[in-house]
Amino acid sequence: MKTLAERTAAQRPNVALTALLSLAPLAVGVIAAFLLQAVLAPAVGPFYAKLVLDVGIAILLSVSLNIVNGFAGQFSLGHGGFMLVGGYTAAYLTYYGSIALWGTAEIHGGFMEGGDIFFMVACVVGGIVAALAGLLVGLPSLRLRGDYLAIVTLGFGEIMRVVIQRTGDVLPVAEAKQKGMLGSLTNVGGSLGFTDVPQYVSPTPWLEKTGHAGIFFTYIFVAICVVVAFRLKASSNGRALLAVRENEVAAEAMGVVTARAKVTAFVMAAFFAGIAGGLFGHQSTLSPSELGFQKSIDIVIMVVLGGMGSISGAVLAAIVLTLLPEALRNFSQYRMIIYALSLIAIMIARPQGLFGTKEIWETTWWRRLFGRRTKAEAP
Amino acid sequence: MTIFLQTFVNALALGSLYGLIALGYTLVYGVLRFINFAHSDIFMIGAWISFTFTGWLGWSTGAPAYALPVILVLAMGFCALLAVAIEQIAYKPLRKAPRLNVLITAIGVSLFLQNTGVLKQVFGTQPQRMPSLVNDHVMFTLAGVGVQFVDVLVVLLAGALMLLLQWMVFRTRLGRAMRAVSFDERTASLMGINVNQVISITFGIGSALAAAAGLLYALKYGSLKQSADATWVLLGLKAFVAAVIGGIGNVRGAVAGGVLIGFLEMYGAAYLSPHLKDVYVFVVLIGVLLVKPSGLFGKAVVEKV
Repeated sequence: MKTLAERTAAQRPNVALTALLSLAPLAVGVIAAFLLQAVLAPAVGPFYAKLVLDVGIAILLSVSLNIVNGFAGQFSLGHGGFMLVGGYTAAYLTYYGSIALWGTAEIHGGFMEGGDIFFMVACVVGGIVAALAGLLVGLPSLRLRGDYLAIVTLGFGEIMRVVIQRTGDVLPVAEAKQKGMLGSLTNVGGSLGFTDVPQYVSPTPWLEKTGHAGIFFTYIFVAICVVVAFRLKASSNGRALLAVRENEVAAEAMGVVTARAKVTAFVMAAFFAGIAGGLFGHQSTLSPSELGFQKSIDIVIMVVLGGMGSISGAVLAAIVLTLLPEALRNFSQYRMIIYALSLIAIMIARPQGLFGTKEIWETTWWRRLFGRRTKAEAP
Repeated sequence: MTIFLQTFVNALALGSLYGLIALGYTLVYGVLRFINFAHSDIFMIGAWISFTFTGWLGWSTGAPAYALPVILVLAMGFCALLAVAIEQIAYKPLRKAPRLNVLITAIGVSLFLQNTGVLKQVFGTQPQRMPSLVNDHVMFTLAGVGVQFVDVLVVLLAGALMLLLQWMVFRTRLGRAMRAVSFDERTASLMGINVNQVISITFGIGSALAAAAGLLYALKYGSLKQSADATWVLLGLKAFVAAVIGGIGNVRGAVAGGVLIGFLEMYGAAYLSPHLKDVYVFVVLIGVLLVKPSGLFGKAVVEKV
């Protein structure tokens, strides 16, 4: 006869093994990112490699906005602004940081060497700064709801854009060395944009010694973001967000601290938007006019099209809406008209988005196609 | 003092324009409870269609005295019809859908109007100069500041339209129906009000005002950027901010908000920094919303369980 202590020990999960298994989706993501970079990109050539990259950044943006708009149901139009904050922080760090560390503003080292690591860290720092901005914008959301919140987030994005447009020119290497990093804090290019940012995220088709693996970096962050979103959705914190979306008063009655839940959602979304801004900015030039109100709207469209709260829907919508204008390129001047009309048509035909709040594999047609029939369902 | 007075004149003219556009946002929000993102594009089309009509009627080089009222009526009528058509096709099927969907549809309509406008068969990609329909001259001089005829025209015409709308909303049967729909759509329809018709008419009225604002804008500033240009969206956005500051859904608040935004922008540009004029508007917006989330003249809505 075993003692009670022995029996409970047998019941207890193996913490180390569980932790290891929970890393599996992330590992799959990293492998997928590597395959995209090393196999797909060279196979399709530079033009399509750039598209693969754009799709990755779009997924990062739509999945992260889905946390605020989809999970918590808070309508934010400030994602472009968070991208702007993160992108400029990261670009400032890599440009002036590279000059301070290595004396040039070029890419430093090869694949996954000093320069690449430095770039990834800069992106994360950009994300953290954007998250702080998210905290700042999230606080008013305690008082505002619905359309008003949308306007405040939009106003925040516009303020950031105008402020960035008033900054000074980017300093050349010699001058930057002389002034130091703090001295060049306001020299991020103004309305012309931040030029000469080291092109870590450049769609080169093949990993060369001096090359840059933009697709790989982007999809690593995409993998992290998607895993975090799924984990969040399944966790008690995530369910608190869903409760806030469905009915704020009822959620509060059930013991959800709605204020904290909303601000958490804002901060998380802003963090990933900041990273996306960093990735976006290291292609060539970071321009404030590209990250305005229009960009925020593009991302909201992705979330609504995919279905509010559906992560797989957000991913799919990001892919479709990034590729659609490219597919319509042959119609050049009519393509935006077709895009606009299809947007209206989809909203009228399917107001809940492609998948509603469900994931792809929870929809009835998926189950009908791929699902195993249980006894109860069998005719 | 001269700068102060000159700024005052400019601010009043710009504020009246913002007020006119803001009325459209407020009216639509009142009956449908959604932000009509396509409203700034109706304003843009109002400006461009005035230009087009002027060309068609052969008034590009010299216009008779009756040119302005004719163009005004044509532009307002065109935009009202266009808006009613948009409402019937794009918004009406979504009456029962979540508001976010209607918002996305409005963005779709906005993109559609912008990108249709740049087609060479429509308005084209080239910026144009609006021919002067009125004999613009310095009307009178006030403490060294020459007040242009067009400024007076903008303020008077905008003021007249606002008063007309006031009368319409608060003194006519249609206005009473609009207020009833805004107050409670369901009860209004039980009382025998044709809600769909009222919504359509409201769209038409708001858009006619935007068209008038478009014509006045074209007359005052002269240059017309291509229809997909960001300036139009930004102007519309600021007018929308005006509507929010005044308390969205509140007709008088929209006018007050518009004038306030006009003064804020012009005096900020004249005395602080001209480059940051968009920042002042949004900073004040955020400030107002934080202190009084329903706007300066809006009523606070208590959420009932």
